Amino acid sequence: MNAFEYLAPRDLAGALHGIGPLLADDSLGSPTTPRFIAGGTNLLDLMKENVLRPSKLVNIDHLDLHGIESLPGGGLRLGALARNADTARDPLVLARYPLLSAAIQAGASPQIRNMASNGGNLLQRTRCLYFYDTGVPCNKRSPGSGCPAIDGLARQHAILGTSEHCIATHPSDFCVALAALDATVLVQSAQGQRRIAFADFHRLPRDQPELDTQLQPGDLITHLELPPSPFAGHSSYLKLRDRASFAFALVSVASALEFDGQRRITAARIALGGVAHKPWRRVEAEAELIGHAPTADHFARAADRLLEGARSYGSANRFASHGNAFKIPLAHRAIVRALEMATRGELSNTGAPSLRRTPPHATTQGAQP
Amino acid sequence: MTPLIDKQQPVADEGTGTVGLGSSVSRVDGRLKVIGQARYAAEHFGADMVYGVVVNTSVAKGCIRSFDLTEALAAPGVLDILTHERRPKIRSLGLFYKDMTAPSGTPFKPLHDEHIHYSGQPVALVLADSFEAARHAASLVKLFVDTAPHETDLLANLGHARDPKGFKAGFSPPPKPRGDADAAFDAAPVKVEVEFHSGVEHHNPMEMHATTVIRASDGHLTIHDKTQSPVNSRWVVSHVFGLSKDKVTVKNGFVGGAFGSGLRPQYQLILAVMASLQLKRSVRVVLTRQQMFTFGHRPETWQRVKLAAERDGRLVSVVHEAVCETSRREDYVEVVVNWSGQLYRCDNVRLGYQLVELDQYSPIDMRAPGAAHGVHALEVAMDELSYSLGMDPLELRLRNYAERDDNKGLPFSTKALRSCYDQGAERFGWHRRRPEPRSQREGRELVGWGMATGTWDALQLFARARAVLCADGKLVVSSAATDIGTGTYTVMSMIAAEAMGLPLESVSFQLGDSNLPIAPIEGGSSHVATVGSAVQGACEKLRRALWKLARARSGSAFEKARWADVEFVQGAVRLRKSPGHALSFQELVSGSGKPSLDVSYLMLPNVLKQRKYTRATHSAVFVEVKVDEDFGTVRVTRVVNAIAAGRILSAKTARSQITGGVVWGISQALHEESLTDHTLGRFMNHSFAEYHVAVNADVPDIDVIFVEEDDRVVSRLGAKGVGEIGIVGVAAAVCNAVYHATGRRVLSTPITPDKVMAP
Repeated sequence: MNAFEYLAPRDLAGALHGIGPLLADDSLGSPTTPRFIAGGTNLLDLMKENVLRPSKLVNIDHLDLHGIESLPGGGLRLGALARNADTARDPLVLARYPLLSAAIQAGASPQIRNMASNGGNLLQRTRCLYFYDTGVPCNKRSPGSGCPAIDGLARQHAILGTSEHCIATHPSDFCVALAALDATVLVQSAQGQRRIAFADFHRLPRDQPELDTQLQPGDLITHLELPPSPFAGHSSYLKLRDRASFAFALVSVASALEFDGQRRITAARIALGGVAHKPWRRVEAEAELIGHAPTADHFARAADRLLEGARSYGSANRFASHGNAFKIPLAHRAIVRALEMATRGELSNTGAPSLRRTPPHATTQGAQP
Repeated sequence: MTPLIDKQQPVADEGTGTVGLGSSVSRVDGRLKVIGQARYAAEHFGADMVYGVVVNTSVAKGCIRSFDLTEALAAPGVLDILTHERRPKIRSLGLFYKDMTAPSGTPFKPLHDEHIHYSGQPVALVLADSFEAARHAASLVKLFVDTAPHETDLLANLGHARDPKGFKAGFSPPPKPRGDADAAFDAAPVKVEVEFHSGVEHHNPMEMHATTVIRASDGHLTIHDKTQSPVNSRWVVSHVFGLSKDKVTVKNGFVGGAFGSGLRPQYQLILAVMASLQLKRSVRVVLTRQQMFTFGHRPETWQRVKLAAERDGRLVSVVHEAVCETSRREDYVEVVVNWSGQLYRCDNVRLGYQLVELDQYSPIDMRAPGAAHGVHALEVAMDELSYSLGMDPLELRLRNYAERDDNKGLPFSTKALRSCYDQGAERFGWHRRRPEPRSQREGRELVGWGMATGTWDALQLFARARAVLCADGKLVVSSAATDIGTGTYTVMSMIAAEAMGLPLESVSFQLGDSNLPIAPIEGGSSHVATVGSAVQGACEKLRRALWKLARARSGSAFEKARWADVEFVQGAVRLRKSPGHALSFQELVSGSGKPSLDVSYLMLPNVLKQRKYTRATHSAVFVEVKVDEDFGTVRVTRVVNAIAAGRILSAKTARSQITGGVVWGISQALHEESLTDHTLGRFMNHSFAEYHVAVNADVPDIDVIFVEEDDRVVSRLGAKGVGEIGIVGVAAAVCNAVYHATGRRVLSTPITPDKVMAP
């Protein structure tokens, strides 16, 4: 085990103080920068693999950030330390954001969901095979060393928003739903509090693939805020993977629709997982659906738009591809299917409870403006 | 002397009572395992123990120029670091490294010299006074390497295929061609030609490979090793280190799965003993999950199968060629193609088997080695042929049913495969199948039904067992056998209990100790037929000894009793005609003047009889899949596996073996592959997060049928063995079901969504 300093402060002030003093060259892209730890379900793995070697761990589990509470106006505030499992089962989450619950339950295993915190889920690292193996090059782990995935084993990798330096994906299911629901990330540091729109929270790799998010060293996620949602009756989390459980998404889709009395779409959200360095959304794609009936043609048009610019990577032999070209048609079909599911009120394909099965023209929470 | 029973010894619960062979008994080692009392190799402790952590290189080929150990040696707690330049002097001749199942060639010798043969090769062992200190220091070891070009890609090197140079135990080369398969193929009216590729798979038992060496003050080494044979591990340790057998004891009382990875001693054993000799202390070395990908694996395999038939379905030509990967040091061989000359009746057969040397560790047997690939290819090709003929796949197999093994020109000792087909099809409802692909649909999913035949050898080797009846009436039977989770403790206890007429809880079966009477390596589905027969033989000797003691009782009703007059029931010898006359085992042993009755029996197979027959197990597997072809996702929703494996002695553990085999077959079909980056020459998905095996959600209820079979050629017990047969054919049945569902034939495993989704 690598030696590191360990603190377990009782409150937020103690945590923000404890993480310092930070050095000028500390960066969240560096393996040795001090880090906060909550559930540790990803951080400890990365430390065992020697991918991360933080000089200090500040355990934030004693902080009072475990709650889930209603906001005035119908929104919800999730504590950063609320466990994924508790969040998925929370009655307010189930009633207002069943999509979020379905996405959480599609991820990992019950044991991991019991440990993993909401804040930590945002900060999990890519599952790229090369990132996890310190014996091989990887620009995200060791900037400038190269990216073997681009011409190598790229089945899990990105088709959108890639750069010549990195084609990693963000592996979270939870985040895909948060992106679709327009969540806001509340961040506290010694300098004060900030609010970051979810769409801006994760970044694309560009020429700094070692950085996954906008966070700076010393930043602590305290809460996630969800605005009131009109989508509870017509949302869906569709996850496609190599086995039925305990596998990261090849492609996942969080979709949500709102209808008017004439069964026309008045609002739409589509976010993709497994295809990019961050949950992938394009407002233009969603706009394609507004005013239209929920038909496969319109859904396909939105999918075309959302996948514009997609390209594939990876190697192949004459029997099988180790690349990700299949993800482009797969994502397209998944978007269409997920929108069809949302239309029907079919919440998930992963065994999560389907809460509402009402047709779009019936009166539901989400159907009436 | 009465053998000591320690608390690590599994015994059936009090009150279990008399259980007949063939009944369903919970495993006798189950309780120790679930309460955490069963100690595995990495859970034994020695006083003042040293912890070793292995450093592996990620270079695929090259030469170690130098190490920089300055920082690692200076780390707190570090005692020493072993490398090829810093190790005790040990033997270097390759012969000394050959274990009992080694193929021809020279085994890998850990920390032997500067040469790097494969990515993942161990290059140093860091020794410290805690595991944590050793692991930290291992990250500080710096290695400087001159790299050399490597080759790890089988498909890119098929042109370098050559015949195997030598053989290994259990391997038979392909038989010579019979008839003229190529001419018959050309002339036939209906034919198929199919190529297959299967990537590397790694065994990945739950328990990682580990060795704990406990050093006694007199230098004796008691080694707890994860192995499928304590005798084999002792053999290698003795030879490599020049230690006489009485200086080394190897134990493996509990093994958390192995699947073949423990057939050969792995490098952690050599390294742990090396360290113990260097430091003169007890040492433990445990591999990580990632390091489980740094030794043997199921070899990458390319195959071509050509089948031709008359229009009535009679096979007229079978051609099956395989090219498999091996290392540059050893010719690992397995039986891939021979099954194709044995499973169906055909006069024109040509089989070929070749190897390509790559910069890899030598492959090693993995559950149903060879058959898992070879029978898969044959059975998928048979399915393909059935569609070309417009014939039901099961009907095609029955049309070509082999009554004899034409590879060897021998009859089968027993072969109840017809019953497997009949009972399996009946249970599955096969007759309701609609023949055309894409003809069954449920909602968005296409439904497909597929079937395949399975076969595996029924082996018997030699073994010795000892049986000791104690004065308290308890029986202790022992042999240096192994239980890798298969149920050896349970079935051997059952065999002995039935033979002696004792309740199960009065019998303990001791295994997993190189000092016990010799037993073969646990592999090849041979343990029940081999060790079980030795146990039964030892018990028969014991019964005769008891009978003699009873006859020696002057004035008793037994004085004139002939062997046929007595029976052994409820811990007593009694007269068949007069059950009221009974002498308990306690009385007899107490009266014998000895503390116990102690016999030993060497079971040698009746080779003269066995060589007149081909001895094999068979199966018929029926599978239903549901496919969402937009996405290519395949769900296995039903499996029926009908098995003919001789007499089933322990119904519950045998069923578990078949169920486990089916689960692995689903995994082989849909999930498992060690992905190689050929530029780096390295397996990259070396963790359970990314090396996928089937999880619970992928596995439906599995229906296992054991058909009636009793084979006294294979063993005196009538049993054959069930370790392997459960996996064979399962992946083929899945592949065939996917074809029936979608009309798409996937010729490589695993059948991942990208290969199945509609274009």
